[in-house]
Amino acid sequence: MTGLVLDNLLVTSGDTTWVALHTTVARGEVLTIMGPSGTGKSTLLAAIIGTLAPAFRMTGKVLLDGVDVTDRPTRARRIGLLFQDDVLFPHLSVGGNLAFALPASIRGRRARRDRIATALVQAGLAGFADRDPATLSGGQRARVALMRTLLAEPRALLLDEPFSRLDADLRAQIRSFVLTRARDEGLPVILVTHDAEDARAAAGRILSPLGKELPKKPQGVEGNATLAR
Amino acid sequence: MRAAMKLFPRGRLRLAPRITLALMLGPVLAGLAGTLAPAFGLVPMPDAPPGLAAFRQLADWPGLRPAAVLSLTTGLASTALALAITLAVLALLQGTRAFALLLRLLSPLLAVPHAAVALGLAFLLAPSGWIARALSPWATGWHAPPDLLTLNDPAGLALVAGLVAKEVPFLLLMALAALPQTDAPRRRMVAATLGYGTAAGWAYTVLPALYRQMRLPVYAVLAYAMTVVDMAMILGPTRPPTLAVQITLWMTDPSLAQRGMAAAAALLQLALVVGALLAWRAAELLAKRLLICRAMAGRRGLALDGWLGPLAGLLAALAVAAVALGLAGLAVWSVAGLWQFPDALPETLTLNTWSRAAPDLQAATTLTLGLAALATATAIALVLACLEAEARHGLRPTTRALWLLYLPLIVPQIAFLPGLQFLALVTGAEGTALAVAAAHLVFVLPYVFLSLAPPWRAWDGRTATAAATLGASPFRIFWHLRLPMLLRPVLTAAAVGVAVSVGQYLPTLLIGGGRVVTLTTEAVALSSGGNRRIIGTYALLQMALPALAFAMAIALPALVFRNRRGMAVAA
Repeated sequence: MTGLVLDNLLVTSGDTTWVALHTTVARGEVLTIMGPSGTGKSTLLAAIIGTLAPAFRMTGKVLLDGVDVTDRPTRARRIGLLFQDDVLFPHLSVGGNLAFALPASIRGRRARRDRIATALVQAGLAGFADRDPATLSGGQRARVALMRTLLAEPRALLLDEPFSRLDADLRAQIRSFVLTRARDEGLPVILVTHDAEDARAAAGRILSPLGKELPKKPQGVEGNATLAR
Repeated sequence: MRAAMKLFPRGRLRLAPRITLALMLGPVLAGLAGTLAPAFGLVPMPDAPPGLAAFRQLADWPGLRPAAVLSLTTGLASTALALAITLAVLALLQGTRAFALLLRLLSPLLAVPHAAVALGLAFLLAPSGWIARALSPWATGWHAPPDLLTLNDPAGLALVAGLVAKEVPFLLLMALAALPQTDAPRRRMVAATLGYGTAAGWAYTVLPALYRQMRLPVYAVLAYAMTVVDMAMILGPTRPPTLAVQITLWMTDPSLAQRGMAAAAALLQLALVVGALLAWRAAELLAKRLLICRAMAGRRGLALDGWLGPLAGLLAALAVAAVALGLAGLAVWSVAGLWQFPDALPETLTLNTWSRAAPDLQAATTLTLGLAALATATAIALVLACLEAEARHGLRPTTRALWLLYLPLIVPQIAFLPGLQFLALVTGAEGTALAVAAAHLVFVLPYVFLSLAPPWRAWDGRTATAAATLGASPFRIFWHLRLPMLLRPVLTAAAVGVAVSVGQYLPTLLIGGGRVVTLTTEAVALSSGGNRRIIGTYALLQMALPALAFAMAIALPALVFRNRRGMAVAA
């Protein structure tokens, strides 16, 4: 069984249920999780990558390509994550950021440098390896962050409102770049957002963190309003 | 199986906090025990049968009462004054240019060892010092140094001045660290819009939250001020000296006959500190009631602002100027040729003093640096291990842990170091550099921890999460991300450690048994002799080492990250 399976995933704290999902995200599919802030979206991401705070109780399983990864530490899950902002490491060059992600199994200075150069070309950033990340524009940083995530060779990709800090034009551009690359790599993708435009562009199923099916085209309505519980 | 491994991760990191506490508190507790035993005559020594003989001997010493009173008055007065200046500066001068200047001077001021501050101040205040010279003969008519007790005055005023000058920067730093958690700007604004004066509004709305977090540093300052030895030897009264100085004199008496009495006096000193802390706590509660009363009465306190602000500014400026001028005086003396009273500057300048003292200076500097490097490197490693254990295992720092951290700073050195010296004698460790470094570690550890923990904990945890999703191990995250990203605070903490180690007088003197000669022990020893040129060289070097460490903590990250704008210091 390929793809990312959330098998009866239930996350609670006290009397509150934050996440209740039972679904499969196939390879190349984008599942959108929508809801206003404070409704368990980031809790869901933490549950999937294994960084839930001790106050939460989690039951159920996370399976990736048929393998149960629930008890694995974050680093061994092979699930990539793009944050709201890029979280580039400020003390490393652009190339250094990418090299950090590249698996150690790719050996040899030359081979590693070539992989990084290729990734930069794919991101339209050829020759940027020695640049200081702080000198890049918002869109360039977002693209570096995505390439960094992909170079670690993840088997699934999580997007945590990854475009919300960009302005409107750039946002559409980066969004399509990310979604296209993810589909090209055949990754199961979970996109977490409170923005209806993001959800529409993802063109997949839309669920609330509690597993409720949401209409595909909440047009003209802000995500927040449609989800008032 | 896997779940069990996650619950009980391998690795000895979990032990780090316990090892650190043991290295820090072990000596304190063992030292206290080692002080108790001889005080009650439980150690075979000549003329010291078991019982209260040591205490009787102490009671018979005619200087006991004045020495104890001096310890209380100088300690309480200097702490109250330093705290008042700090709070007034924070309430009234924040946002002014003077405040910005003070902030910039804070680190250099903190880095100057107590002994150097005291020696510098002594050069200013002495009858033949710069102040007298500046006023003579035109204002005073003095053509020779007057026979006045401007230094070592019987009331301890010079000592209080020295302590205030050194403790205001420390309290200010502690307050500035706590201030962001008090929501101060908004509270000030609310108070101002309700018609309160700046000082009164600040005291009613910000002070309670701020003081709660400053309490431990204030206690540490009080305990320190009551029991300081090096400063009191240089600036304090002599007949009798403060109790702590007298204990040190008894402890270092070659005949060993007065060890029992010294131990008994150390216990008395401990009791005095505990009593003073309790009294301070009572005063805190009283002040709180008073503050609430006045706030309930709606006293706007507008009249305060007019004079309190300038007064606080003046006192703070005086403290800074005293330290700066004192150090400048040390520098001038170290290169002075002929320098007659009342000339403000020497007639000739010469490097003779430096070249004559060079071999001794070099030996003392090497040893001082070695001790500082050993104690600081150990402290940094332990503190990093503690903080990393905290991060990896989700341990939360507790109030109790904070109290334990402050324990070596609140329990007076003079109360437990005699016992520790006794133990060092018994085990044969006395007089070795390693034992002295271990004693330094007791005091270096808490300061390094206090300096490093806040920036370490404030590091953006998403960096670690991002790295983990890229497949990075905790080991890699620590060495490749967290440590390099926090290079600046780590080096700053190391500089703090060096400053603390270099400044240690009593541990070096007692555990070193007089055979471990550092710049500090030598500078203090020379201070009674009166060769100002030599004193100047030792004090200058003693000040230069921490200054160098702080300069490196600024320069090194700037150099390493010169091409990384994201690593620049936030303006």
